[in-house]
Amino acid sequence: MTVAPKREAYDVVVIGAGPAGLAAAATSAEAGLSTLLLDENVGPGGQVFRAISSTPVTERDQLGADYWAGAELVQALRASSAEVIHRATVWSLDRNLDIAVSIGGASAFVKAKRVILATGALERPFPISGWTLPGVMTAGAAQTMLKSSALVPDGSTVIAGQGPLLWLLAAQILRLGGRIDRILDTTERGNYFAALPHAFAFLTSPYFAKGLAMMREVKAKVQIVSGVTELFASGDGQLGSVSYVAGGKREAIPADLLLLHQGVVPNVNLAMAAGVEHRWDDLQLCWSPVLDASGNSTVPGIAIAGDGAGIAGANAAMVRGRIAARAAVEALAPAAAAKLAPMAALRSDLAKAERGRIFLDALFRPSPQFRIPSGDTIVCRCEEVTAKDILDAVAIGATGPNQLKAYRRTGMGPCQGRLCGLTVTELMAQARGKTAQEIGYYRLRAPVKPITLAELAAVPKSEADVKAVVRG
Amino acid sequence: MTRNVDAIVVGGGIHGCSTALHLCLAGLKPVLIEKDYAGRHASGVNAGGVRQLARHIPEIPLSIRSMGIWERISDLLDDDCSFESHGQVLVAENEEELAVCRTRVAELNALGFTHEELIDATELRRLVPAVAETCPGGVVSRRDGAANPAQATTAFRRKAEQLGTTVREGVAASNIRHGDGLWHVDVGSDTYAAPVLVNAAGAWAGKIAAALGEPVPVETVAPMLMITSRVPHFIDPVVILRGRKLSFKQFSNGTVLIGGGHLAIPYQDRNETVLDWKSLATSARTVFELFPVMRSATIVRAWAGIEAKMKDDIPVFGPSSRHKGLYHQFGFSLHGFQLGPGAGAVMAELIVNGGTQTRIGELGIDRFHPTTL
Repeated sequence: MTVAPKREAYDVVVIGAGPAGLAAAATSAEAGLSTLLLDENVGPGGQVFRAISSTPVTERDQLGADYWAGAELVQALRASSAEVIHRATVWSLDRNLDIAVSIGGASAFVKAKRVILATGALERPFPISGWTLPGVMTAGAAQTMLKSSALVPDGSTVIAGQGPLLWLLAAQILRLGGRIDRILDTTERGNYFAALPHAFAFLTSPYFAKGLAMMREVKAKVQIVSGVTELFASGDGQLGSVSYVAGGKREAIPADLLLLHQGVVPNVNLAMAAGVEHRWDDLQLCWSPVLDASGNSTVPGIAIAGDGAGIAGANAAMVRGRIAARAAVEALAPAAAAKLAPMAALRSDLAKAERGRIFLDALFRPSPQFRIPSGDTIVCRCEEVTAKDILDAVAIGATGPNQLKAYRRTGMGPCQGRLCGLTVTELMAQARGKTAQEIGYYRLRAPVKPITLAELAAVPKSEADVKAVVRG
Repeated sequence: MTRNVDAIVVGGGIHGCSTALHLCLAGLKPVLIEKDYAGRHASGVNAGGVRQLARHIPEIPLSIRSMGIWERISDLLDDDCSFESHGQVLVAENEEELAVCRTRVAELNALGFTHEELIDATELRRLVPAVAETCPGGVVSRRDGAANPAQATTAFRRKAEQLGTTVREGVAASNIRHGDGLWHVDVGSDTYAAPVLVNAAGAWAGKIAAALGEPVPVETVAPMLMITSRVPHFIDPVVILRGRKLSFKQFSNGTVLIGGGHLAIPYQDRNETVLDWKSLATSARTVFELFPVMRSATIVRAWAGIEAKMKDDIPVFGPSSRHKGLYHQFGFSLHGFQLGPGAGAVMAELIVNGGTQTRIGELGIDRFHPTTL
């Protein structure tokens, strides 16, 4: 059954039902604001708590205690008066806080006094030679299959990359009886030293003990190759082998499946399309929105919470969701704010949740050779544009990602730069001797996710059209 | 520091770039000042129509001049601008509209213009097999076509620079003034001085003209466009409708561009536009009705470019009516892209020779201000 929004306007519309969105919607509704939560997935949870109310995985240990914390958030939301619509793809948001959303093949328009974007994170592109071959996928995609369908790899499988999610996924695959032949760790050796000054904060963070235990669990069962400095996927129309260089030594192993992951970055598409200003984050190597302490962006009325505000993980996301919602309540119904946790307490929760983050960012900072490809390696998958194509365009005058469109159609395919944007920015910055901030990013446009012409044709007519017909 | 140049061109759209290029061909060394980058606004993000079809009569000579340049654009720019000529077709959806077409073509013929040709239902179906069967005919301009606007504007900019134009991007022209027989314009901490100033600043040109004492009835608009995912090839010419706001073009990669002049809200000071999806839905409905093959295509992206629209819908083109050495080239009112190459050539003739063979008399700013020169 298709459920359209019940009203045309809401006090607060929250977009995304991951940890930040769930917390924000529950908080806003609890304070009595009319609240709509729009989420693209079939159920609540986002990526980290994906399928939290429907997963076929019943042994709680297999997905870890952190995963099941999501269930409490969902309960709080369900107990509130928030209206929740799943399979709802928001495809447009503008600075007037007009929202267009596709639900079950039909589009509706709603207006908000406040919008809280909780659109989470995307995996960072991992553009190595052969990354577009069938048989190469992201670790995040593998985790989606694992959480929603309990599907794990059974052919020869290699996991390559770095970052907390890589180890979490490896542990989850192994617990569910999946196969991993080898893990190729691309963490740069120098990163351990760079991260060291921040180690104390990390040691006292909740991530430390859990992370260590998880890595130990995986290392007991799988051969780990660390210090991988080069990586190639090859095969004839399908992945056949993975080759790599570690410690100066080259090796190739047969593989049916290569899972790639080198961290996550904010999913900025909707925020950027709405006109929110973003800045290049030199530590996390990605674009992050410019926000105040309550998550308010540069577009009045739009706040951003969760990893979309800068990567900080699920615990921080929940707190940021509460902070953004509390700020909305303070603005729209100040009297009701007294019911909620005080802002000072929330901010102290956030500081606690963010502890250790700098350590992780420094340790898992991806190496330049895995972010900035060369030669025939494909950068833009939609339009099959290689690194060399982009450098050639730079040589004859392309100065940034938007100018590049005049030479190559990078970023103009259906993904709107999700798979190539960061690579293009960093590649052009390196080629031109500029900073990523100076090079900039694609100007993003609605629809942020494609909609069919038939669906757009079916939206209700505007008043002007009706008048035109009456006049005609 | 003041740098003396031969001409100052304000605005890095296709018009400013083309004028700079043609000034170079005439032996001058101009500076081109663009506050963002060349092709950032309407010139780079329009529908790319290279159209003589359905133009206002006063601008037809300029359009024909331009067409000749488009047809050998590679010779001029060393870049094909992805220009393709498969004609442009104006579709009449009923007999009443076809009658209007008939009158129009007869009027053009009487004036000596032959580029528009009346076609019947059979020829229409041959040119545009996918069009709804109820359409009784229309008009074709067979030499017309389309180009990639960003590629074309960028190519004009690049060639102009190669030929000796100083290109200053990223800083706005400011403090435009006249003294000692020269125009002076500040660009950041630099000042340029030249006997000639060309106002080709698009949506920002009206303010410049007004500040120099020549206000004109102009507004800033942002026509919207949307593009679909790739669909199987089904159409060659650009199609526009006689009675409804729709233009339609399939590129060689299969994507289909849908335009027609529905407007977004421009926020000129922020270089931003806010799209009006309910109007875009009207375009989608029209396509849905006329081209059933398009129904399952997806809309990948929609956008709008900021530009100047004159109250009388024809550009302001030619010398100032008040100031010696000042020339206007703006207000192309949603149909300036095709005119860019020819307008640059004609503008260079006006500046260098003091006149042109191309008839542009009705486009001057003196239609708003009796000349005082």
